[in-house]
Amino acid sequence: MEIFGIPTALLGSQLLVGLINGSFYAILSLGLAIIFGLLNIINFCHGAQYMMGAFVAWIALTRFGINYWVALIAAPLIVGIVGVLIERLMLRRLYKLDHLYGLLLTFGLALIFEGIFRDQFGISGESYEVPEALTGGVNLGFMFLPIYRGWVIVASLIVCFGTWYMIERTKLGAYLRAGTENSQMVQALGINVPLLITFTYGYGVALAAFAGVLAAPIFQVNPLMGSNLIIVVFAVVVIGGMGSIMGSILTGLGLGLVEGMTKVFYPEASSVVVFVIMVIVLLVRPAGLFGKS
Amino acid sequence: MNSKSYLETKLPLLFGALFVIGLVAPFAMYPTFLMKILCYALFACAFNLLLGFAGLLSFGHAAFLGTAGYVCGLMVRDVGVTPEVGILAGTVAAGLLGWLFGSLAIRRTGIYFAMITLALAQMVFFLALQIKETGGEDGLQGVPRGHLFGIVDLSDNLAMYYLVFAIFCFGFFVIYRTIHSPFGQILKAIRENEPRAISLGYDVNKFKLIAFVISAALAGMAGATKTLVFQLASLSDVHWHASGEVVLMTLLGGLGTILGPIVGAATIVSLQTQLADSVGSWVTVIMGVIFVICVLSFRRGIIGELQALIKRSGVN
Repeated sequence: MEIFGIPTALLGSQLLVGLINGSFYAILSLGLAIIFGLLNIINFCHGAQYMMGAFVAWIALTRFGINYWVALIAAPLIVGIVGVLIERLMLRRLYKLDHLYGLLLTFGLALIFEGIFRDQFGISGESYEVPEALTGGVNLGFMFLPIYRGWVIVASLIVCFGTWYMIERTKLGAYLRAGTENSQMVQALGINVPLLITFTYGYGVALAAFAGVLAAPIFQVNPLMGSNLIIVVFAVVVIGGMGSIMGSILTGLGLGLVEGMTKVFYPEASSVVVFVIMVIVLLVRPAGLFGKS
Repeated sequence: MNSKSYLETKLPLLFGALFVIGLVAPFAMYPTFLMKILCYALFACAFNLLLGFAGLLSFGHAAFLGTAGYVCGLMVRDVGVTPEVGILAGTVAAGLLGWLFGSLAIRRTGIYFAMITLALAQMVFFLALQIKETGGEDGLQGVPRGHLFGIVDLSDNLAMYYLVFAIFCFGFFVIYRTIHSPFGQILKAIRENEPRAISLGYDVNKFKLIAFVISAALAGMAGATKTLVFQLASLSDVHWHASGEVVLMTLLGGLGTILGPIVGAATIVSLQTQLADSVGSWVTVIMGVIFVICVLSFRRGIIGELQALIKRSGVN
């Protein structure tokens, strides 16, 4: 079978890769958007925290024999707690200053995390075995689907839409949205805004770590795995605009697919296609696809 | 603003002293090391023009440094032009790229501005990695220093040093004049209160773009010169680490001060040279720690703190 002269198996597998990358873009840009909404900072160490999630899972498995399923919960918790400490001890001091200082601080933290892990584990990368329950694959007729990859997409979608539900449909989410609009007013109504901020940052960071654990069996667990990804995610965030939770999710998934398609039709451009789309969006709709100008 | 501060009246004296130090320095220290400092100092000064005086945080300045390096390297090595033409070509290329980046990035403000410049620079990085002309991971090697104006042999380190020093002084002068011109005052007005500058009738975006182009071109001049000094245009100059480094230099030295970026560049370059031998891969961690300390409790930077100190003690 062929479509546009491309075998469907190739098309299917690249679509799958695109969807998986898109899932990671979605989770990461979602985390950035939530953090930005309430804290007004761009969390530059988001990529490092994604990498730490993967490493915590890898260390847990190889040093302590803790399996994937436990790591999937534990790694985001651990990295999230580190995030909470960062917020309490450092970011908190910067809220009254220009928002750029938050970006610079988290950039410094990203360098620290990356440097420490590079010193400890080198840059060659470690492999993390696919958990036993998710090995193998199914033949979908037009392509072969490794079960783990299917699981990554399903798990990402559950987490993304779960987060969307929590923010848009629950009471906690209502506080969060109100805090994003006007945090002083929310504080005046008796809600503990500093606690809400800490929780939000911790949750955003935990999302990044969760994506890291999901990524561990697919990509090499490498100290630099986050830093290149995060810049693409920044472009995703510029394209989507950080105003809308659903917007972040859809933009992430969509751009992953576009990137996958580019790999099929014009592989040379696949590493820059997201940036090219960013340029076009800036020219046509500067506020971003889902942004409020 | 009140009349000239104590510090400003002493400025010509200070510049004179620094100029003399710059002239005799290569007899006391290793010229290549000094040239590296001067290149990064110019790079940081150019960056500071944008962040310190126009309030625009570009996280993609490595693109200008690196692109100019590649253009200069290709022109000198493969086309065979003289070094001054190569540097000029690199500067112009960086200026054009700056115009391109600038006109896209100024469509958004604040944090988005930083992210857009970072993403655009990453695109340049991928291009440099992929296209044949830039040599991929190897970079451009074996760029000859050549003869300045076809006469002065630059393979002599001392001759090269004075060329770099002259370029630095020229770049510094351009930045100094820009800051102390009516144009510079408008930039500061935009930094302090953009809506107000707009309501006063200034075409804010035009001013931002011009500042961006000047900054990019001078960053390019630093990059082109650096290529000649090291006879190498490398991929690491377009990497986002280089963009981060210049932010750190400026922040450490003193954001929005005229001498801060020079002090910051000298400190960071010396530190990196010293540390590279002793601690190896911990350099990144140490850079990160300096970043965090600067942001948390040293936001005025070295020169900014000195100024504050002099202001406090020097009133009487």
